[in-house]
Formats: sequence, C-alpha cells, structure tokens
Amino acid sequence: MEVLWEASDPLTVRQVSEHLSERGLAHTTVMTVLDRLSKKGFARRERDGRAWRYRAAGSRELYVTELMLNALDQTGDRQAALTRFARSVSGTEARMLRRALEALGEGTGS
Amino acid sequence: MQVSASVLILTAVAACCVAASHALTAARWPRRSPAATILLWQALGLGWGLAAVGALAGLGGAGRGGAGPGGTGPDGTGRRFGVVGAAFLQAARFVRSATSSVSGAPGLLSVRLAALAAGLVLLLLLCWVLLAASAAVLRGRQRQRALLSLLAHGDPKVPGALVVDYPAAAAYCLPGLRSAIVFSSGTLELLDQAELAAVLAHERAHLRERHDLVLLPFTALLRAFRWSAVAREAHRAVALLVEMHADDRVLRHRSARELATALLRVGAAGGGQAPAGALAASGAGLESEVAARVTRLLKPAPGLSAPALVLVGAAAALAVAIPVAVLALPF
Repeated sequence: MEVLWEASDPLTVRQVSEHLSERGLAHTTVMTVLDRLSKKGFARRERDGRAWRYRAAGSRELYVTELMLNALDQTGDRQAALTRFARSVSGTEARMLRRALEALGEGTGS
Repeated sequence: MQVSASVLILTAVAACCVAASHALTAARWPRRSPAATILLWQALGLGWGLAAVGALAGLGGAGRGGAGPGGTGPDGTGRRFGVVGAAFLQAARFVRSATSSVSGAPGLLSVRLAALAAGLVLLLLLCWVLLAASAAVLRGRQRQRALLSLLAHGDPKVPGALVVDYPAAAAYCLPGLRSAIVFSSGTLELLDQAELAAVLAHERAHLRERHDLVLLPFTALLRAFRWSAVAREAHRAVALLVEMHADDRVLRHRSARELATALLRVGAAGGGQAPAGALAASGAGLESEVAARVTRLLKPAPGLSAPALVLVGAAAALAVAIPVAVLALPF
C-alpha cells in the first residue's frame, strides 16, 4: 500500500514487485495482496492490455482521518465499537482541565 | 376488565426498574463501587425487559372471560407455562375459533389483542436492536482493523499497542477476539512514559474484562428508545462506571497521580486539534466525565461498606428474580 501511495501513476503488479524487491516477495504474493486490497476497496484497478494496473483508492491522510474520526466520534452509536481512554474537550472545559493540571504540578513542587 | 395478579406484579417491577434507573443516574454513591453498580444496572435492564414483555403478554392472554391469575385456560394447560405460555395459548385459541366462541365483550377483546401485539413487538424490538447493535459494532471494528492494518505501526514507547500518525490526542482500544490498543502519535508526544503505562493498563483492563460487552445492551437500548431520557442517561452512567472501574484496575499497578495527569492532558489537548465535527456531538454535561474521574482518583472516597454492597446485590437479584419467578412458575 505504501508503494501505491507514493506512486503518482497506477502500477502493475510487476512494478510494485520491483519497488519491494529488497523484501524478496514472490510475484504471486504481491498479486494476492493487491487483489485483496482492491477487494476491500483500498485500491482500484484497471485493465491495461493483459495486466491490471493498481492505484490507491484514497490518500493515506483520508484513511487516517476516517480512522481517527471514528475514534474521536462522540455519538452514542459507535461507542460500543471501541472504548476511548478519555474524551478530548475544547473551550472552557479544556481551560479548566489545564488549570487543574497546573495546580497539580504546583502541588508536587511544594 | 379483570387483570391478573401476575400482570400487576410485572407492571410494578417494570415501573420500579425505570424509577430505580432514574434514581441511580442522579446518585453519587455508585462512583464508590463501580463494579457492584454495573451489576445492578445490568439487572435493572434485564428485569425491565422481562417484566415489560411479560406484563403485556399476560394482559393480552388473561384467560377467556378473565379467568384466574396467570390467565389459565379451562383445561389448565396454561398453568404449566406461566403467563407467557398462557398468552400464546390464548392467541392460538383465538386464531382457531375466530370471534365466535370468545366470551369477552368485543371491546375488551381488542384491548387484549393490542396488549398481546404490543408485548410481541416489544420482545422482537429488543431482540432486533441487540442484534443490530452487535452487527454495527462488528462492522465498525472490521473497518477499523482493516484501516489499522494499513496505517498503524508499533512503537517501543507503548509495547503491544499500535500507533497511528495523527497530531491530536487519541487513545482507545478495539475489543474483540483480535483486540488492539491504539494510540495517536500525538498522544505519545503529549504523555510521559509513566502516564503512557497508566493509559495502557487502563485499556488492557477494558480488553481483559470485555467491558464492550457490558456496554452493548445499553447501546442497543439507546437505539431502541432514542427519545427516552432514561435510556440516554443509563447509557452514559454505565459508560462512565465502566471507565471508573477500569481506572480502579489501573491503581493496582500504577499511581493515581499518573493516571489523573494522563486524563487531564488527553482531555485538555483536544481543543482545536480534532477535526471539525468530531467534537460537535459532545454536548453539555459531558465535561463532567473527565473531571469526575480525576476527582475520584485524587480524592478517593472509601468503597461501599459490606452491608451496602449486600443491599445492592439484593436489589439486583430481586430485579431479575421477581419477573423470572412470575413468568416461569405456575400460579
């Protein structure tokens, strides 16, 4: 997937294999991984003569944002999918928490 | 119209469960023993569901011509099955004989049928939302796992956890058979080593004790009764108690201070950094959550006394035992 994100043009399986040559992966392994990625919707593929060309369906940033939005989402429905350590808050409450933290720091100093 | 004693008992139990839930959300003492109170919440939820479905079914099947308690038919077959069995026998009999041989007035009959239908709908609704909530949760986790497999990497600062490069503070766990604890890189910069260890211990407690399964029925209830303030409050109360319980588990190995500062830092770091929309849904009242946990860590109140715990346990047992007894035992 890293290879697809870095490439500007759609890549064939062989080209991806070349990028990963230092890992010594078999051609078929790369093909299987790319096939799986496209089935999951992370990569798109198009015919180019006799070979498939793959490209990333979305940017890395897009997926990171989706992942973290899910994690930070505060609505009731998704809460059961994962459990957050603490809600991040903003505005007056964040200021209040910062003050509490400072007070705590002073407490250690004295 | 005659209403049998079992229907009255079940109605009373259902009403008591709702009233107790309401009182429980306002009370302060649950924070002193989260584990016991979580048990009570579960009992109240289960008791309410059994009692409400049973009461409606019992009302619907309250015997031909308002026969004795439990709504038993003249042949006594209903006696063996309790209220729900009698209700369904009555329904089957009604379908067989249509309106001709039923003795009650037509108006009374339609009330009974409506109650029976309402009981059935409630039962199906409760089962359905539980399945739907489970399916939604599993789908969400599958997507998270797929994304994590592409994006996350390990980090020696948090052994065993996954790290995603993202500036805002976020730490969470993904429960399930293939569980994972996830940190944003922003969190790693924000917290020191001891605080990270406290957060890890907190999330491990969630995973080890499957707190997601504790919360699932309450999420399902919330889906079913979105309009209900009690369902909303119950969900929030249980979620907070689960967090407090995990906090308690951390204190076995780490200091309260490490956990409290970690909570404050993660809580305070959110402002402005989280993508728009992520925080929009957090309304008023949520701010007390982090503050309540920190206060509890820094100024710990003693746990509930043994008699109080026995009382909580007894209340939980009664909330389930009464409806089960009424529904299962022949009267």
